[in-house]
Amino acid sequence: MRFKIFESPLDKMDLQRPFSNTEAGGYVSFEGWVRNENEGQQVIALEYEAYIELAEKEGELILIEACNKFDIIEIRCGHRVGQLKLGDLAVWVGVSAVHRSDAFKACRYTIDEVKKRIPIWKKEYYKNGNSGWLCPVEGYSQATKKR
Amino acid sequence: MSSTKTIELAYYALLREQRGVSNEKRATTAITARELYLELKTEFGFELQVEDLKVAINGDFTDNDMPIHDGDTIVFIPPVTGG
Repeated sequence: MRFKIFESPLDKMDLQRPFSNTEAGGYVSFEGWVRNENEGQQVIALEYEAYIELAEKEGELILIEACNKFDIIEIRCGHRVGQLKLGDLAVWVGVSAVHRSDAFKACRYTIDEVKKRIPIWKKEYYKNGNSGWLCPVEGYSQATKKR
Repeated sequence: MSSTKTIELAYYALLREQRGVSNEKRATTAITARELYLELKTEFGFELQVEDLKVAINGDFTDNDMPIHDGDTIVFIPPVTGG
């Protein structure tokens, strides 16, 4: 399985293991980290929840699309769920290719599609004691509700 | 006259918290996933509109207007915020 949901911290050494390949001329990775601010509110922690079965199925589909669109050798993606602290690694994408250009493009394509399509939800916990599931729907905000 | 079917619902994130459970069985006469969500919205006061949601039936994304069948597992998917 090249796309995987992790309930424990992402291990970069482990994630990069499939990439040793003498055909590859380049390797690109993207790391998404837990940030201390969102829309003016100070974030102190995050929680991710996933519909794991469908997330891994849709994630694999995205990686297949990336392989079909770009000339790459290897691609992997991992996403954390559970409780995360500031600075923790939340999502990781790695791509190797003969030439760098397609490695960059495939990496960008993958993280963009993951954010749009994978059934994973983020709950932010704020310094002021509030918390809420992010919900990008106009006029809807959970973030003002007390935990 | 619509026949009653028994389906399994799973809830995640916002909907799980609003419903107060992760899973439940439910008897319904709803014909489509859309009708089922409107039934749930009325009963449990879900704030999201059906247009804001995707739906998965038996582990695959599908259309809100697809018919539902006895024994289906149905998940309404709030807007995703991973990454």
